[in-house]
Amino acid sequence: MGHDTHVQEKSVAQYEFNRKKNAVEMRKQVVNFAIMILFTFIAFAVVVADFSPYFIKPVILLLAGVQVALQLYAFMHMGEKKAPFIGVINTFVWLGAVIAFTFFLCFLTIIWW
Amino acid sequence: MSSVAISKKTGFGATLWDYLTTVDHKKLGNMYFFAGLLFFAIAGFEALLIRIQLMVPNNDFVSAGLFNELLTMHGTTMLFLAATPLLFGFMNAIVPLQIGARDVAFPFLNSLGFWLFFLGALFLHLSFFMGGAPDAGWTSYASLSLYSPGHGIDFYVLGLQISGAGTLISGINFIVTIITMRAPGMTFMRMPLFTWTTLISSALILFAFPPLTVGLFFMLVDRMFGANFFDHTMGGNTIIWEHLFWIFGHPEVYILVLPAFGLFSEIIPVFARKRLFGYSSMVFATILIGFLGFMVWAHHMFTTGLGPTANAIFAVATMAIAVPTGMKVFNWILTIWGGSIKVTVPMIYALGFIPSFVAGGVTGVMQATAPLDYQLHDSYFIVAHFHYVIVGGIVTAIFGATHFYWPIMFNRVLNEKLGYIVFWVFFIGFHLTFFLQHFLGLMGMPRRVFTYQADQGWDLYNFISSIGAIMMGIGVILLVVNMLLSIKGKPVNQRDYWGDGRSLEWALVTPVPFYNFKQTPLIRGYDPYWIEKHEGNKEGMTYAEPLGDIHMPHGSILPLIMSIGMFIAAFGALYHPDGVSWSVPVIILGIGITVACMILRSFKDDLGYHVHKEEIIALEEELYGKGGNK
Amino acid sequence: MDLNTKFTPKSWPDHAEQATLEGKNKFVGIWIFICSDIVLFASVFATYLSLKDKGPAGMDISAAELFGLELAFVMTMLLLTSSLTSVYAMYHMKNFNSKGVLIWMGITVLLGLGFLGLEIYEFYEYTVHEGFGFTHSAFSSSFYVLVGTHGLHVIIGLVWITGLIIRNMKRGLNLYNAPKFFAASIYWHFIDVVWVFIFTVVYLMGVLG
Repeated sequence: MGHDTHVQEKSVAQYEFNRKKNAVEMRKQVVNFAIMILFTFIAFAVVVADFSPYFIKPVILLLAGVQVALQLYAFMHMGEKKAPFIGVINTFVWLGAVIAFTFFLCFLTIIWW
Repeated sequence: MSSVAISKKTGFGATLWDYLTTVDHKKLGNMYFFAGLLFFAIAGFEALLIRIQLMVPNNDFVSAGLFNELLTMHGTTMLFLAATPLLFGFMNAIVPLQIGARDVAFPFLNSLGFWLFFLGALFLHLSFFMGGAPDAGWTSYASLSLYSPGHGIDFYVLGLQISGAGTLISGINFIVTIITMRAPGMTFMRMPLFTWTTLISSALILFAFPPLTVGLFFMLVDRMFGANFFDHTMGGNTIIWEHLFWIFGHPEVYILVLPAFGLFSEIIPVFARKRLFGYSSMVFATILIGFLGFMVWAHHMFTTGLGPTANAIFAVATMAIAVPTGMKVFNWILTIWGGSIKVTVPMIYALGFIPSFVAGGVTGVMQATAPLDYQLHDSYFIVAHFHYVIVGGIVTAIFGATHFYWPIMFNRVLNEKLGYIVFWVFFIGFHLTFFLQHFLGLMGMPRRVFTYQADQGWDLYNFISSIGAIMMGIGVILLVVNMLLSIKGKPVNQRDYWGDGRSLEWALVTPVPFYNFKQTPLIRGYDPYWIEKHEGNKEGMTYAEPLGDIHMPHGSILPLIMSIGMFIAAFGALYHPDGVSWSVPVIILGIGITVACMILRSFKDDLGYHVHKEEIIALEEELYGKGGNK
Repeated sequence: MDLNTKFTPKSWPDHAEQATLEGKNKFVGIWIFICSDIVLFASVFATYLSLKDKGPAGMDISAAELFGLELAFVMTMLLLTSSLTSVYAMYHMKNFNSKGVLIWMGITVLLGLGFLGLEIYEFYEYTVHEGFGFTHSAFSSSFYVLVGTHGLHVIIGLVWITGLIIRNMKRGLNLYNAPKFFAASIYWHFIDVVWVFIFTVVYLMGVLG
């Protein structure tokens, strides 16, 4: 089971390139993080600012949705095409999300007394 | 654990230790199978007591209270502790062989899953000796079970919580195994249907068991720790239990029936000696059934008062499931059609299955009609319907597959003649029992009643129904006798016992060595063994790698100890509402044991070990004589 | 090849966590587990929504009065930052810098502990000072179970990551422990995903009424 990998020495150029690539990626992640923090600020701000609930609710839900997508695709690498079986994983995650959505729909509409 | 000594005579203690610590999927499959058989027998015995009580009107064979306990335990045990592990047994034993894997993805978790299931089941059954079994039906609706006195419901909640965790773990394990461990060339669209249905039903387990866990947890804290989820005086709502239970409960039916479909999809092509008709539509239908199975749970709750809109949506969705199921039925028929049919015991189960299951499916569509369901709800019609699905679909599959896979699992054969006798006794008994219950239901007999008045036109039908139940009991006993007789039988020691095997598991000579494949096979198409056979390949497979060292996982006792920890903790929780002083320490002790085992496990590297080339060759010679597995 | 093979920064594979079959299994396995956790949280969440503000007749506690935003805001920041620090740990894993992995994972644990401490403080406040105990009403039960389930996940994550740090303190990265760190970090991000929904739906929308 552990026998299907081979140690491969990288050339200096390859090694330097990889380190650079990783550093660039990490910088992107920090930007993603900054976006998340910003969104969190906005979400708390609109609530504190006391706008109409009809405005606030969709906005904060949307912000939450974007944050979750960032977490999943940036931090958790769900969009990384080369990861093994990532397509199957995506299918499962979104299927779970669809099923979770039906729970919310059901519990918010047909449990009423 | 170096390896060669597997077929040597070992002492009882060593064998026992081997089984307690094993992580081998084949051994765990056998353990699942026999544990399932044990609980199947217990639940079957409960069913017999129920039918004896209902044999004649105004019977007092059992008391009303005991009757409630029997029917609750019958349903709970059959679904959670008999059908599930029996099918898990086949999945464990067969799926890795079908996809060309040496073991499952997480052998340790596989063992943990089994022990959690087994100890949870044991815990549930201790209720009989410790103050009364659960008595609120297998659905255990909160409005009833919240107020059930005694500890019965607590046993139900805790036992199912533990065994449910085991089932979930096994489900995750199967999904990962099928995704990552397929042999080279085994694409998704070349997987045998039993593997496909295992994948989909594991996916259903993945999504359906968490709601059950949550529901059971709510019930647990409500009954034992003073929470208020279902107590309407405190703002709770019992409908939440119904939803959570059926969000789990409906997919549970498909969790069980899909592998049964898969087993028949393996059996039928072998004995029709024809490629499975419409393979890709079978796969598509399986996925569709799995998906739709999640969108229909409220059809169990039509009479709850969800409103016409919800009822209409769920009714339509329910009827939609009949379409992919119908596709499957037609595909099976068309596989048989024009085939060169060989009638054997597995095949006759398959032939008996098709009409029985269709009958169960059709009554299901009847009940999907919400207005009609108001009439049929909670009557014996429902009982007849789901027994047609479960016995006609799942139990026939399990019995058929038992005969079919016995050579691979145990290197022995079940007696054909006795097999036919079992089939006819069981099959006739089954129809006698449940066919008439449709009419009892239409005549108004409610389900879950412990007795009834004479002269309502129900007496004769109930009597016949009980006779049928006794026949089913005899059938099962004869099947067990057949299994026992097979111990004395000659070892099979060959590949492809039935002569027309198609998928990879038949390419292996039995007994299957513990590493399954000495070289990982290369899959060149759907029905790989059939392809190799027809190209005159005597070895049955093309190899994807040269013979080399094989990496195998170590066995471990930790799964058993972890499960025992949960078992102990459950006792603490059980007696918590009695106000005993030791309840919380016992909970902490039990969970502590489990956590300590987990920490121990992660601090001790488990790198597995290598079986060396020479050992493999030596073992193969010992198993198959000179030249090894050729 | 042995799982204990020693590596140098140059021979360290690009995707060390997925280089072995075990690694692939762990990677797929943790994701599949997360899928089931999504549904678990959805069940608890949906129950909370349907039981929000429900209680015995005359209950005088409602979400709008009970919840404060200050604490929730600080907790959110702590957990979000801990998500970033675990990304840093993974960055160092790619560069075969085992010290970096350990340090950033350690910071993640500290931030997680801060979060957990605040959560316990919050529960304590509600229970003791507001009289909003677990058995107070359906609302309280569902609130504590929802946020408590998340808290339990945090505890499990903390124990897990701490265990990994202690176990691998002395030895460097290899193909055996790299997938373990990776799986733990994926799990930790998932905890953050759930928290994003909790602060949005429970706290922010709770304050709105």
